[in-house]
Amino acid sequence: MKIKFFDLGFKEAVALLALSVVALTLLLVYNMATYAMPAIQKFGLHFLSTTTWDPVKEIFGALPFIYGTIISSALALLIAVPVSLGIAIYLAELAPAWIREPLSFLIELLAAIPSVVYGLWGIFVLAPFLRQDVQPFLAKYFGFLPLFQGNFYGVGMLTAGIILSIMIIPTISSVSREVFLVVPFSQREAALALGATRWETIRLGVLKYARAGILGAVILGMGRALGETMAVTMVIGNRPEISASLFAPSYTMASVIANEFTEATGDLFLSALIEIGLVLFFVTLVLNIAARALIWQVSGKMKGEIRE
Amino acid sequence: MNIYKKRQIVNKLMCALAFLCAIFTLVPLISIFGYVLSKGITSINLDFFINLPKPVGEPGGGMGNAIVGTIILIGLSCLWAIPVGVFGGVYLAEFGNNKLAATVRFTADVLNGIPSIVIGVFAYTLFVLPMKSFSAVSGAFALGIIMIPTIMRTTEEMLRMVPRTLREAALALGISQFRMIVSIALKTALPGILTGILLAIARIAGETAPLLFTAFGNSFWHQSLGQPIAALPLQIFAYAISPFDDWHRQAWAGAFVLIFIVFLISFISRFIIGLRYKFPASR
Amino acid sequence: MEERVRILDLNAYFGNIQALKNINIAVKEKMVTAIIGPSGCGKSTFIRCINRLHEVVPGAKVSGKVLLDGRDIYSSGIDSIEIRQKIGMVFQKPNPFPVLSIYDNVAAGLKLNGIKKKDYLDEIVEQALRMCALWDEVKDKLNASGVSLSGGQQQRLCIARALAVKPEVILFDEPCSALDPISTGKIEELLFQLRQKYTIIIVTHNMQQAARVSDYTAFFLMGELIEFGKTQDIFTKPEDTRTEAYITGRFG
Repeated sequence: MKIKFFDLGFKEAVALLALSVVALTLLLVYNMATYAMPAIQKFGLHFLSTTTWDPVKEIFGALPFIYGTIISSALALLIAVPVSLGIAIYLAELAPAWIREPLSFLIELLAAIPSVVYGLWGIFVLAPFLRQDVQPFLAKYFGFLPLFQGNFYGVGMLTAGIILSIMIIPTISSVSREVFLVVPFSQREAALALGATRWETIRLGVLKYARAGILGAVILGMGRALGETMAVTMVIGNRPEISASLFAPSYTMASVIANEFTEATGDLFLSALIEIGLVLFFVTLVLNIAARALIWQVSGKMKGEIRE
Repeated sequence: MNIYKKRQIVNKLMCALAFLCAIFTLVPLISIFGYVLSKGITSINLDFFINLPKPVGEPGGGMGNAIVGTIILIGLSCLWAIPVGVFGGVYLAEFGNNKLAATVRFTADVLNGIPSIVIGVFAYTLFVLPMKSFSAVSGAFALGIIMIPTIMRTTEEMLRMVPRTLREAALALGISQFRMIVSIALKTALPGILTGILLAIARIAGETAPLLFTAFGNSFWHQSLGQPIAALPLQIFAYAISPFDDWHRQAWAGAFVLIFIVFLISFISRFIIGLRYKFPASR
Repeated sequence: MEERVRILDLNAYFGNIQALKNINIAVKEKMVTAIIGPSGCGKSTFIRCINRLHEVVPGAKVSGKVLLDGRDIYSSGIDSIEIRQKIGMVFQKPNPFPVLSIYDNVAAGLKLNGIKKKDYLDEIVEQALRMCALWDEVKDKLNASGVSLSGGQQQRLCIARALAVKPEVILFDEPCSALDPISTGKIEELLFQLRQKYTIIIVTHNMQQAARVSDYTAFFLMGELIEFGKTQDIFTKPEDTRTEAYITGRFG
């Protein structure tokens, strides 16, 4: 009888624990919405289009942070997507068997490095390198573009974009690689039989077939980049200004929360920061769902197991 | 044969480019490891491990409390995240072919994709505001949320891999489902589940953002769970952005220790999973 | 009748396993040559050696010569991609490119070669589709996806794709085994038309099909060529007892 009792309660008990996950998530949304409400009510939609961030006058506009987040992530994707595809193609289609394991292991290592260590390296290695070697070069030869004008300090949008790209490369390349492996071999054979070279076979038989999945991988990477906090905070300069130049310092949504949360004087200030967090939450939510739908399209089943 | 030569050249070029991408990505990896190793190892000494942070200028400062703090935070997080994650995974694997389970899985994926700073904000609203204080508890709550999706997913996967025949044999012997799951399925899947837990721990050991306004950091040894507590990543962050060379030096040392811990845990987890395949599940 | 393809002392390996042993065959021009034999006898490996597709498998090796119009396709001066254009292939399961339209599927090989002129492409695509008796069925939906067609139509699409690059020899690897009888009939009709212009080698596990469509037949067993001759002769008066045993269904 004791056994039966346990049996009866057991299923319900584990179900309850599983449901707690759902409860927690709902609570998260509820809490954040509640605390963000003062700011939402006060600023409405203008919150997303105002550039003023004045804690003293209690006027808060999130545009500089939205701008900083978008541009740094866009820059990161610009660099990371081609490189990640190159890696995925190399590992899935070109590399000899003995290189695959060690090389993919090393690239996975990049994903295991904590964000704060990236930031540390960014401040003391990447930023000086950019300031001394790269940015002068860019200013000299490409200074006619507004992208590369103005003073450079090493820290700024460019540095943040570069560090973000390194951090999302493992994500995009490993998901892409898994998608490539799902492409049936008959597709490659079809291209080969037409006389395609190795690269043409990959282009025609693999990339085209997998393009929805590749897009999914890219969107996953994008979601990652948008939410990345520490490394970006440490190298972006943390100035809420909108500038066309990549050399200029900037500020992202995650960074402003990280930096100013504990200094927030007044409820409205805190509320504005939490509202920014809410925006971040919904944006990453939408991106994650879109990414999974796309990947599922190619692989035919919910790849919840794809490591991110 | 002009067109063929041209296509072959493009072919060789693109293949070389793909190879270069892979190699090029190793550069930052080597750079980061190189700097952390070289700059960190020179600053590691006994002081570092057993001393508290000292004001600038005073020699012999360390991160002893931060290391202990991280261990405490990990322990606390595991305390609540492991039961929820493992048993949640049990539910999904054993009873989970319905809409409810699908919702749980979806939600776990959502939770997994939330930026960790947002989770920190959540923990702040739930714990720090009512308690009117930063605390280890709030930090452990935030870290636990980050752990749960990974543990749940791995547990479910590993349980599903337990052969059906094993389960049916147990049930046919008259063992109740509860005992079957606990004594047999879980035991069989244990190495894989452990791996999932260790990987989750490796991930949260390095997390900084969610601790910024929950655990908050502390210059002293841990006193009470309801008080702010130091953590290794927080200390590294604080020192890195400071203007003092000595603190920078210690930041590298901290990074060295942190990376060492994270990779040690990862390797142990791989080792466990390796053992699993050497000694198959059937006994 | 001239011979188009001559295979000399062909040996093929998968790593250490030998799949083909000393094959010698002369394939006549504008004839259909069928390759028959039980599963695992090496038929698919054999034709994959003819368009150099076998060497793509990791660890695969080939020795011997395959002469196309007198030139050894394995000699160092010759590029495999050139060979694969001259010797086309149609696979067991239809494999059109799903992301490409019907038009683009047929034009795929041409575009690889840098041919861009729309008029020229239009002409060749229509020609190829007409030859496969597919033109009337798809001419109004050339932009539809390649996989929107039925199985039989997809296979004909793959044949059109192979024809578009104007090969000299076409290899068929059990092209009907995934199709229903009606589609199979259509493809066999097609083969009959095609042999007026192309040299065809078809692998089939269906002996009746071999008897229906081919002029010459080769019987393979365990990697060796047992017998080769006119189809009529092979099926009515086979010389080797093993051939006879296979044809009369004593093993398969």
